[in-house]
Amino acid sequence: MNTDQKNSYTEPPLIPKRTRMQEFKRLLAQNRLAISGLLIFIIFFCCAVTGLFLTSGSRPVLDPAMVRLQEKLRPPLAKPNLESLHPQEIPVFGVYLMGTDDLGRDVFARMLQGAWVSLTVGFVAVGISVIIGIFMGGIAGYFGQQHIKIGHILFMSCLFLGLGLVLFKSYFTGTVLLSIGLTYIFYLLSVRNRSKENGLPILKAILRKNAITVDTLIMRIVDIMLCFPSFFLILTVVALLPASIYNIMIVIGLTSWMGTTRFVRAEFLSLREQDFVAAAKALGIGNFRIIFRHIMPNAVAPVLVSATIGIASAILTEAGLSFLGFGVPPPHATWGNILSNGKNFIFDAPWLTFIPGIAILIVVLSFNLFGEGLRDVLNPKLRERH
Amino acid sequence: MASNTILLSISNLKVYFQSNDEIARAVDGISFEVYRQETVCIVGESGCGKTVSALSILGLVPIPPGKIIDGQIIFSGQNLLTLNETEMQKIRGNHISMIFQEPLTSLNPVFTIGDQIGEAVRAHRHIETEALERYCIQLLKDVGIPSPEQRISNYPHQLSGGQRQRVMIAMALACDPDLIIADEPTTALDVTVKAQILKLLKSIQKKRAMSVLYITHDLGVVSTIADRIYVMYAGIIAEQGDTNQIFRTARHPYTQGLLASLPSLSKRGKRLYSIPGSMPNPAYKPGGCPFHPRCPHAILTCREEFPEMCDYGEGHLARCPVLYKR
Amino acid sequence: MLSFIGRSAVQKIVTLFFVSIVSFLIIHLAPGKPSQIDPLNPKFTPEVVERFRKEFHLDKPLYVQYAYFYRDLFTGKTISWKDNQSVLQKIWERFLNSLPLFVVGTLITWTLSFPVGIRSAIFRGGIYDRSATFLSYLLISIPGFFFAYVLIIFVVTHFHVPVIGMETFGIGDASAVYLFMDRIWHLLLPSVLGATGGIAVLSRYVRSQMLEVEGQDYIRTARAKGLPEEQVHYKHALRNALLPFVTMFGLILPGLIGGSVIIESIFSWPGMGRMAYEAILARDYPVILTVNFVSAVLVLAGTFISDLLYLVVDPRIRL
Repeated sequence: MNTDQKNSYTEPPLIPKRTRMQEFKRLLAQNRLAISGLLIFIIFFCCAVTGLFLTSGSRPVLDPAMVRLQEKLRPPLAKPNLESLHPQEIPVFGVYLMGTDDLGRDVFARMLQGAWVSLTVGFVAVGISVIIGIFMGGIAGYFGQQHIKIGHILFMSCLFLGLGLVLFKSYFTGTVLLSIGLTYIFYLLSVRNRSKENGLPILKAILRKNAITVDTLIMRIVDIMLCFPSFFLILTVVALLPASIYNIMIVIGLTSWMGTTRFVRAEFLSLREQDFVAAAKALGIGNFRIIFRHIMPNAVAPVLVSATIGIASAILTEAGLSFLGFGVPPPHATWGNILSNGKNFIFDAPWLTFIPGIAILIVVLSFNLFGEGLRDVLNPKLRERH
Repeated sequence: MASNTILLSISNLKVYFQSNDEIARAVDGISFEVYRQETVCIVGESGCGKTVSALSILGLVPIPPGKIIDGQIIFSGQNLLTLNETEMQKIRGNHISMIFQEPLTSLNPVFTIGDQIGEAVRAHRHIETEALERYCIQLLKDVGIPSPEQRISNYPHQLSGGQRQRVMIAMALACDPDLIIADEPTTALDVTVKAQILKLLKSIQKKRAMSVLYITHDLGVVSTIADRIYVMYAGIIAEQGDTNQIFRTARHPYTQGLLASLPSLSKRGKRLYSIPGSMPNPAYKPGGCPFHPRCPHAILTCREEFPEMCDYGEGHLARCPVLYKR
Repeated sequence: MLSFIGRSAVQKIVTLFFVSIVSFLIIHLAPGKPSQIDPLNPKFTPEVVERFRKEFHLDKPLYVQYAYFYRDLFTGKTISWKDNQSVLQKIWERFLNSLPLFVVGTLITWTLSFPVGIRSAIFRGGIYDRSATFLSYLLISIPGFFFAYVLIIFVVTHFHVPVIGMETFGIGDASAVYLFMDRIWHLLLPSVLGATGGIAVLSRYVRSQMLEVEGQDYIRTARAKGLPEEQVHYKHALRNALLPFVTMFGLILPGLIGGSVIIESIFSWPGMGRMAYEAILARDYPVILTVNFVSAVLVLAGTFISDLLYLVVDPRIRL
């Protein structure tokens, strides 16, 4: 073989090159489930936003709170009885699009108002849980093997207990513990400059010993949280705290981060061992930059899937809470409390049950479909074959 | 010594894969034969379609997305491509067996190796449990596993890589097949273990008078065990011949390139040759001769006409008219 | 192996301890006082309130209350503040009510999910798979209370059978068969409801596990040996796909004390869920804490059993 011969190497025919994002979008577009989910979500989003504008303010276009007792329990598309109504009580379209409830309120207006609630509760709650989950999971996954020393634990618990006790009015013990905790922290901060051992070598040895790894600690916290049946926890907190939409969102968020933590931790554990991390470290890149810029984008896939499904479940939970009477306080409408009101009239006015029920079903379904579609697209092993 | 009876004959096999909007022409019209009692090697780089060819013999190509467009696979007078699933099951493991590349993932982790070998036997033979156990132990002995009486109740993860591959071979031999297809069985193994497995295969082939169809990308392996060689490139056969013909007088630029890139002592100190470019994507193959973009001898017609096989006599054929004319 | 069990048990007990502290803190941190000692409650005079406080140690610091509570819990003497019954007694009664719901619901879920999931995986993309998938999504997304009412309307108008409560009011001394059928009818809807969500989720999970296993190399080897398709699917694939579900089995345990509040409210079923719900509303601390504790015990026991089962079932993890 004459290797000095000039190689007439010509370019092979061009293969369309796609970036990862384009490939992802293309696959997503082909997944019919995901697309239908997305479409329904977009419709829902537009309804919610327009609903917000149409029903809020002191003179809303569609008033969800206007009580017209003479028109109670009218079926959908019923024409209003014009003689018995004031001019401003007449519904905008000339008909009651979705009927009226037991107080004569326009169900269509109430549904629009409730749409916004469902949307915000879903997104904010899941947003909170995802942030907590990524944080906890990332730390457990990345710093997992680092140990916390006994000394640290002892004095941190002194600090927290002290704080807690002070809050609970056990002032004396509280302040004592608090001061112990604070002194140790000051000691730690100042001792960096000292290099010699001085005094109480045994105590120092005990305090320096490794007690528990970061990973175990965080996983135990997750286990503790998992021991509480989540619906009861939410119910407890919501029942005991003053009813407000913010409390509900925060509570749902604070009780559903555990799944995300587990996913993120698993991804981090496997990604941490890969070569690109070692390469980044060899280049001297700091820990946090590695986590956020290099590992996180790869770990995001299962989080995304569980987030979309989490939104669906948050909406269902909020509806359930409203149904039991613990949701957003009246007269603000949510889909759950329209259903809850309607359960007493189930044979006389079935639309009060069916309309919100089907609406919740469709919205939650769209999120679930989109989430499952995402999962199929992001997981090459389960990809559909054509 | 190979006999003159044809055991397996493949003609003009075409297997395409459909994914999204691309059609990958993995196997694009290949024809080859395996005679009785010989070792045939199919050589080629990753992506040339050799594994798909092997899988299609046993009907193991996943049918969506794969599709067999054309061709015949004649074995014992039957066209395997026309058989239904039940008839194929009588052939698989019984007359034609296959061993795969990754022995760890190819063995079921929750069953003992005795179980797995035994079920290969029981699928095709009537045999009572005691006799079965003795037979399995004998098989393990034949493939060279020490203390087979204990090993038979081990799980796959308790064996080393070489031992697992021997177990795979034992499973393949269980029903005394006429043909064993080996799809890169030694690629995942250490060099010393590789040599042992090759020796084992050679001895089994002689002892049981079987044929072996060996698929590999390793020319060193080929030179050790092959009687005849088929060189595949981008879904077609580029050259075929016996070992001497291929290694001494390769007549296709691709084969020549492969041989030139083998390191050897005589090339010590010199720059190692490598064929420029890379194997084309099976969905986007160049027109005409698929090798022409990387070929130092390419002329204009190579880009337009698909080359026919050129006969150099005594079974040596090469698909390059340019070199043939010289 | 023993050391693993020992370590695991110790860890679980420590977790339990922390759970008890956290639940205690949550209850006492929440604003609002138990109805009995709420000074605003007109039924109780200040002296009664004061006596109540002393009786239940509410005037002592928190850690003392904690100690008292758990002492009472372990000696079985906890008393509900709402109606003065023994807490454990109350829980037991309600548990017995919830049990049939739970058993029937779980049975339905597990016996239906597996065949559906497995069949969906084997005939992936076919009509069966697509309709099962569609149905699953529907069932996961439907709000439980809505579906309940739909079912109630359907059953009542078509079958003319009463479905609310555990048995028909005033059924008196009807014959045993009649009583039995009555019970079954009442049990049917709530358990089916409880099971639907479970079936949807579980069958999807079974399906995805089967699919993952079916893509493995050893399935290809099994086919290459000439094994018939049923053996490939039901012997080789299934055995591997079912591994994670054996461990899920242990996690059924916590379901014993759960009980959907919503389903029980709709059907007026006097079960655990409603008891816990009423206790929360009335701030009946002993009941809430006990239920919490028992639930935590069950969760931890469940995970423990799961770990054990996994050891037994997967030969790769023999220690």
